[in-house]
Amino acid sequence: MLGPFEVFETIKMIQKENLDIRTITMGISLRDCSHPDIDISCRKVYDKITRYAEKLVITGENIEREYGIPIINKRISVTPIALIAESCESADYTKFAKAMDRAAQTVGVNFIGGYSSLVHKGYTTGDKRLITSIPEALSETKLVCSSVNVASTKAGINMDAVAEMGRVVKNAAQLTADSGALACAKLVVFANAVEDNPFMAGAFHGIGEPECVINVGVSGPGVVKCALEKVKGEDFGVVAETIKKTAFKITRMGQLVAQEASRRLNVPFGIVDLSLAPTPAIGDSVAHILEEMGLEKCGTHGTTAALALLNDAVKKGGVMASSYVGGLSGAFIPVSEDAGMIDAVISGALSLEKLEAMTCVCSVGLDMIVVPGDTSAETIAAIIADEAAIGVVNQKTTAVRIIPAPGRKIGDRVEFGGLLGSGPVMKVNSFSSSEFINRGGRIPAPLHSLKN
Amino acid sequence: MRAVITVIGKDRVGIIAGVSNILADSNVNILDITQTILQDVFTMIMLVDISKCNIHFHELSEKLENKGIELGLKIQIQHEDIFNSMHRI
Repeated sequence: MLGPFEVFETIKMIQKENLDIRTITMGISLRDCSHPDIDISCRKVYDKITRYAEKLVITGENIEREYGIPIINKRISVTPIALIAESCESADYTKFAKAMDRAAQTVGVNFIGGYSSLVHKGYTTGDKRLITSIPEALSETKLVCSSVNVASTKAGINMDAVAEMGRVVKNAAQLTADSGALACAKLVVFANAVEDNPFMAGAFHGIGEPECVINVGVSGPGVVKCALEKVKGEDFGVVAETIKKTAFKITRMGQLVAQEASRRLNVPFGIVDLSLAPTPAIGDSVAHILEEMGLEKCGTHGTTAALALLNDAVKKGGVMASSYVGGLSGAFIPVSEDAGMIDAVISGALSLEKLEAMTCVCSVGLDMIVVPGDTSAETIAAIIADEAAIGVVNQKTTAVRIIPAPGRKIGDRVEFGGLLGSGPVMKVNSFSSSEFINRGGRIPAPLHSLKN
Repeated sequence: MRAVITVIGKDRVGIIAGVSNILADSNVNILDITQTILQDVFTMIMLVDISKCNIHFHELSEKLENKGIELGLKIQIQHEDIFNSMHRI
């Protein structure tokens, strides 16, 4: 029989240290929903999503109750809509966003991702229409998330798309000015986007994915922090070992829930995403893990090294615990969703430049960053270009989710509510990047993409 | 199917009786019980077989939770697999 120590260790992790399953995400292929008539196509999209995901939420809730582990989000990702909408004669793709939104509300999930386009090498007509429609689509729906892949290690960086995404982000911010530019919190610009990411806002169901699949994202920054509290002053070997062991235990939960959800829903199990995802709740912060390692504030010198260690140890521990690992798998550093990151920005310890450096060694990138409302589209595009370059050269996923909140200035704070938290407005470099961005064209793929 | 019931709180008369009455009524068999004082807190772990349980899992869970509230304790039931998956390879 299990020992009392083991039983209570698990219970303590869940009750006191915020261990949870962050998301069960059902990936649904919509490739059979294309039709020249946009209304017919949208109806097919709605019908298929509501049919496949009918029992997703109730199944998640049952597992939650029976195993005693909170499952915070149940979500859906779909085939990038640009691929489905392209066959339509109409150019008003926002109808698809509305169909997705209705379907998500019908089945009771809290986000649906996949209002997306993959343009790392160039645009098709459908991609152009979809990207143009993003600001409107996100401001007129509640649960729809959008992502655009503008770069890849194999293709280089599509700088035309980068420039356009700068404008799209600005437009999305303008259309939702009343809610602190909330639409931008639902829009991710990727380099090297992955096809099986269960986390929002960047989830979509990639074209190499099966008809339907269950992907699970775990969480547990609080558990890692508590484990590190017990090894204060020990050397980095001990720190790495402690994180690995903890990540292993956290991921085993994810594997169990993923298998169980897949069995009950009769849908194949895809992957467990090993990411450490913070929430604004106290005791659920990635920044606090870094501080527990001995940094006075997240963002000071040493932060990048601490994050590199954390990210690597999480993967090493997690990979043994799950039969299939995928998604983004690393540590997330979204500013507005992490109480420690918010504090670090407010106290002046954490800057945009330091965050950029941190994104070189962890999963994803500049995430949930609020910048002044008067930041230009070109500057936002240049921030995206820098992140894309980091991803392309380092053969990793990077992303930008940036929020130029209209009318807000440095020192203000924008409230998004819920898991999206609240973001302090951060300083951006005031010198212009316009001429650079306005060149357009494509930055060639790096030499090391030529592996064949 | 087996589940683990955990009881955490202040020791008092009637904890085991309270829990095992509910289990007997629901046709749940107790396989093992351990109890100990961890950091001054009374803790009890019961391994039970719920395969012949005559009510839904969530009803059983609710009854135990309410009994906990009545006795001033925290009582929880969870599938055994959550502990096995974390601590056994």
